[in-house]
This record gives sequence, structure tokens and C-alpha cells, in this order.
Amino acid sequence: MNKKLLFAPVLALSMGVLSSATLHAQTQAWVSSEKDNTITLVDLGQGKVTGTVPTCKRPRHMQLSPDRKQMLVACSDSNAADVIDLATHKSVRRVPLGDSPEIFDVSLDGKTFFASNEDDAELSFIDASSGKKTGQVKVGKEPEGVKVSPDGQTVFVTSEVASMVHVIDIATKTIKKNILVGKRPRRFAITPNGQELWVSNELGASVSVISLKDYSVLATIALQLKGARESDITPIGLVMTQDGKRAYVTMGRANHVAFIDVASRKITDQVLVGKRPWSVALSADESKLYVVNGLSDDMTIVDTVKARALVSIPVGRVPHTVVLTN
Amino acid sequence: MRSMSKPILRVLAGSILLMASALAQAANWTVTVLEDMTSPALERPQLDRAYLGHPGGPASEGWNLALEDARFELDAAHTQISSKTISVSSLDAARTAAQQAEKAGQQALVVNLPASWVTAVAMAVKVPVINVGAGADSLREAQCRRNLLHTLPSERMRTDALAQTLVSRKWSQVLMLSGTTVEDRVSSAAAQASLRRYGLKLVADRPFKLSADPRERDLANTKLLTSGVNYDVIWVVDADGEFARTLPYNTQAARPVVGDAGMVALGWHAQYERYGAPQVSRRFAKAYKRAMTQQDWASWMAGKALSLAAGSLTKSAAPELLAALNSLNLDGSKGVSMQFRPWDGQLQQTLLLTDGQGVIGIAPVEGVLHPRNVLDTLGADSPEKRCTNRP
Repeated sequence: MNKKLLFAPVLALSMGVLSSATLHAQTQAWVSSEKDNTITLVDLGQGKVTGTVPTCKRPRHMQLSPDRKQMLVACSDSNAADVIDLATHKSVRRVPLGDSPEIFDVSLDGKTFFASNEDDAELSFIDASSGKKTGQVKVGKEPEGVKVSPDGQTVFVTSEVASMVHVIDIATKTIKKNILVGKRPRRFAITPNGQELWVSNELGASVSVISLKDYSVLATIALQLKGARESDITPIGLVMTQDGKRAYVTMGRANHVAFIDVASRKITDQVLVGKRPWSVALSADESKLYVVNGLSDDMTIVDTVKARALVSIPVGRVPHTVVLTN
Repeated sequence: MRSMSKPILRVLAGSILLMASALAQAANWTVTVLEDMTSPALERPQLDRAYLGHPGGPASEGWNLALEDARFELDAAHTQISSKTISVSSLDAARTAAQQAEKAGQQALVVNLPASWVTAVAMAVKVPVINVGAGADSLREAQCRRNLLHTLPSERMRTDALAQTLVSRKWSQVLMLSGTTVEDRVSSAAAQASLRRYGLKLVADRPFKLSADPRERDLANTKLLTSGVNYDVIWVVDADGEFARTLPYNTQAARPVVGDAGMVALGWHAQYERYGAPQVSRRFAKAYKRAMTQQDWASWMAGKALSLAAGSLTKSAAPELLAALNSLNLDGSKGVSMQFRPWDGQLQQTLLLTDGQGVIGIAPVEGVLHPRNVLDTLGADSPEKRCTNRP
């Protein structure tokens, strides 16, 4: 008992030193929990849940606002995005996102939200300040992943049913090109040099690599895992390092994360995580990968240097997305 | 302003699609949906009873939803599928309508008909016939045809799914209550084969009868029917559904009921929460104002399969269509990629265990293994060679 009391301040002190030394290191993970209508906060130093932030119904995709001061949360059952102030953890406002939004992205100036509406098979353009819908583009059924191009002129959308990536010109709100990819395409990553668009194909057990010059499919990386069948490999989450050398892909039912060498498009490592790993995030120094597991209600922290899972932390029910904050 | 800009946008998008697919040739397909709209199963009072596993409405609804779902891809591939539904009320009428459709140049048939009618149609034409309404194993075995495909799970797939679930629960002592119709006797035999396949023990198979006559109470009283033996679970076989519905919570021993009431294995349930299933059920409910059943899923899958196969072809011809159908990898919003089995034309698939309120579990159950594809633990597998009419 005494020992514990003595030890606690020492630990806190050493951690305080640690966090001030690594100035931009994130200290907190925000994990959206589909079934709890909350966001679970995980203190990365202590490696445990420190609280929850109430939000709208069925929170799924999240990302930071361009000024990094707010968390934007898409709530499928509230048909809205919740805007949460990072300093106060309070909801500032709600922005309507249309019927059943799952994933969205924000224009480079932060003024427009692009949201995929599953039920209407549309990409909606929404004015961030007024919440007014300023346009929509009809796409294939069950649109999912949304990603704005680095130059801010184009937005990419996947259609799970059409197995397509739609290339949409933001200025004219029209489809420039439909790219056939693998079965049930889900999420995107763009190489930092702006040359390649990577797409995870959930039922194709693959990642499609698309040229951003001419929108041709350059390669399809088949994801394999020793001892697992193709049907058990259902990739979803996708993230790339800042130097563009490595990509991490969650393998869904195969319960692993694959490390992919971007240049050679080959898998270099595979790490066992929780059940049906879903979304991923990298720490600022990229030494750790945070993986949320949709069917085991936890988040696995992976050491990216040793390619090893360090710990799995229980979070909320049906975790969807993880975002790290300072 | 908005209303003015919309058509312009559409034209623009359309012209871009046109350019993108300029190389692909346009193909037009025509398909006939044959079903018996006067079937007792589709009469309003019967639909209102909503017995588990029974259809919720005509097959044309799921079919039309699939075509609507596929419109974007079909437009992009410059492919058109037009279809019409013809109601037939006898085997002969079904056969004649099928022959006429083939003669008129239609490239495929979708049939929601009794098993014997399906056989007659499949034998009368060469174009692909997709069966969306008959689960009879005979259509996948002795009566199988090269041009006959099935999206509805077979009877045996459903009994295998239930048997696997009982194994996973360690409910191994099974009391079976079976109806006395020909259909029920066939189903009861299928269920017992599944019990043997999965090492479950049949403690007794008792016939039941719908009756209030005190002289027949041994056959009609659910307490008497479920007493006198020890068992873990009661498996009721009742295609009609009325008796099965009265059985749960009316048994002598406090034991669960499975089969045609209680926990039932089905190809779809509107409450399935994973793999994009809710979006499909929601689209269906929005369009047709009712919950999507496994029969609706089967006709929706027929539409998905045909549009995917047609979209991959540049010329509309039945033989190429059949080949394309046979090589499809289909996404049916059940989280797995599915194919028509080359050995019997059955679409392999996950099955859902439901009590009607929600989804209790899925089959194949975790832990069941298969040398190639675990989905093939449900239904007749290739080494059994039960269908000799297919190459």
C-alpha cells in the first residue's frame, strides 16, 4: 500500500519528463465506439482508458479538423457529423451529413465536407459552417471510403457494390473517371509523393494501386497469410508512413496487420492483433501502430520496428476508428 | 438553380461514362422471371402469418432491387438488362412460357416455382435458369441440370447449418418431431442425414398431427409429444408452419426448439448486422415496405449474378452467359465471396441462425474445417457426386 503511494508520483513525474521531451508525441487515442454512442479516450502513457466523450449516434469515421483543434466524427444513425472541441471535449456543433454517412473527408481549406451516403448512393458536398448541402454526386451503391487528393481538386470515393473507385472533380461536381478495382473496395491511402492511390479490397483480399497521373491500375497486391485462405483475408484499414516507404493494412478476418514495402509492393511482416482488425493509426514518430479490432472490442498497440504486438487494451463496443491527439 | 444544374450534371456524367466505355460494346439482355402469383404461399393471410423460412412476397421484388442496385455498373459497362415477370399457374404453363421466352431470344430465366416445375423448365430450355424459390435437394441431385443454378440455399445446407450449430452447443441428443406430408418426410430424412454427418444422436422421431381431437392427443399434444425420453433439443420438421409455431415454450422438458420454429437456419434475415447487410435490407424495406426474407435475398442474388455476368460480356448470348455465371465470385453482403458450385450449380453461402427476432449465429460455425472451402461443409460436397447431369 505504502509502496504504491510512493511509486505513483514518481511514475507521474517521469512520464511528465518523457512527454515534454518528445514535444509532438501524441498522448491520447480517440476511439469511436459504434454501439456506445461515445468515443473512448485511451491515455497512451498509461496504456489504459481514462474516459469517454459522449457523441452522436453510431459514431464511425473520425478525423481532425485541418487546424487540428477539433475532432470531426461521422455518426451514421444521427445523419450528422459531431464537431468536438479537443480542449474541452465538448460538442461544439453538429453538421448534417445526409442519410447514413460512414466516411467523410474535408476540403483543404476546411470549408467543405465530403461524405459518402450509403443509402442514397451519393457523395454529398456540405458547407462546414452552415451545414447546408451544396451538392451531390450519384455514385455506385454503398459508397464507403472518401479521400481528397493532395492538390485538393479531386475527391475519390469507393463503391462497395460496384467495385469501383469514382474520381470526382470537386469544382464541377462530376465523375471524371470510374476505376474498376477489386471486390468491395473500402479505404484509401495516397503515397506522400502524390503519385499513387492505394485502395483496400475487402472481398478481393487485395490492395489496388492506382496511378494518380492517368488513373490506371498499376498493380493489385494480393494479401496472403500462411495458414489462412483467401476467403479469410478481408483487408480494410490502410495507412502509410510519411516517407512513403511502408504501408500498413489490416487483414480483417485473418486477424493480422500486414506491413507492405511500398516500392516493391511486397509484404514484409505480419502481426497478429485482435479479432477483425479495422482502422489503424500511426504514432507521430511512427514507432507504434494502433489497430482497433471490431470483433474483440479492443485496440492493439504494435511495435513497428520489432513487428510485434505489445498490448491490447479493451475499449468500447464495436470500435471503428482510432485518431491520435496531442 | 439546383434544379437547373442537375440535368446538366447528369448529361456531363453520362458523356464521361460514355467516353470511358467507348471501347466496350453495348449489350442488351432480356430475362424473364417466372413465378406463380396465385401460389397459396403468396396469398395475403399466409404472408401475414410470416412463418420463418416462408416467402414474404413475390420474387420479382428482390430481382428488381438488384437491377436497380446494379444500374451504375451496367450503365458504365454500357449494358442493359430488361426483364418482365410472367405469372404461370401450372407446370405446363411454366414450361410453355419458358420455351416461348427462349424462342423470343431471351438469354436467361429466373424461376420462383415448385421443384417439379423448375425441373420441367430447366429441361425444356438451354438458357441459364436460376432457381430462387425451391430448396429441394432433388434439384441439386438427381434432377440437376447443366443450365440450372440455385441461389436459395438447399434444404440440406440448412439442416447441415443447424446440425453444426447443435454440435457447437453440445446439444447432442435430438428429439425429432416430423410432419406426415411427403415434403416433411423428405425434409426429415435430410435432417437425420445431417445429424449422422455431425455425430448427433436421434433419440426418437415422432410424427405429429394438427388436431384437437382427444382421441389423437398422442399425436397432437405438444406436452405428450415431448415427454417420455431424455433429449437436449427438439428438432421440428413442419413445412406448413402452423404446428411448429405452437411448439416453443409448450414442451414437457425445458428444452430449446430448432428446425422450422425456434432457431431456424436461413439464407438471410433482415436483422443481420454485419458486412453491409443492413444497407441491403434497408433498401429492400424502403422499396417494398416489408422485411427482406431469404427468398428475397435469393432473387436479389439472381439479379446481382446476372448483372455481374452480363456486365463482363460484350455480346449477349446465353452460352457465354452460363459460362460467365459459373465463374463468378459473388458478394452477397454476407462477408464472404461466393461461387456457384461446379458440381451441382448451388450458390455456396453463409447461413444465418435466427429466431425471427435477430441473428443468433452463423454457419459454417467456427471450428468446422474443410480441405478447400469451409462453405462447402454446408450441403452436398463434390466427392459425393450426387449430380451426374453436370460435367
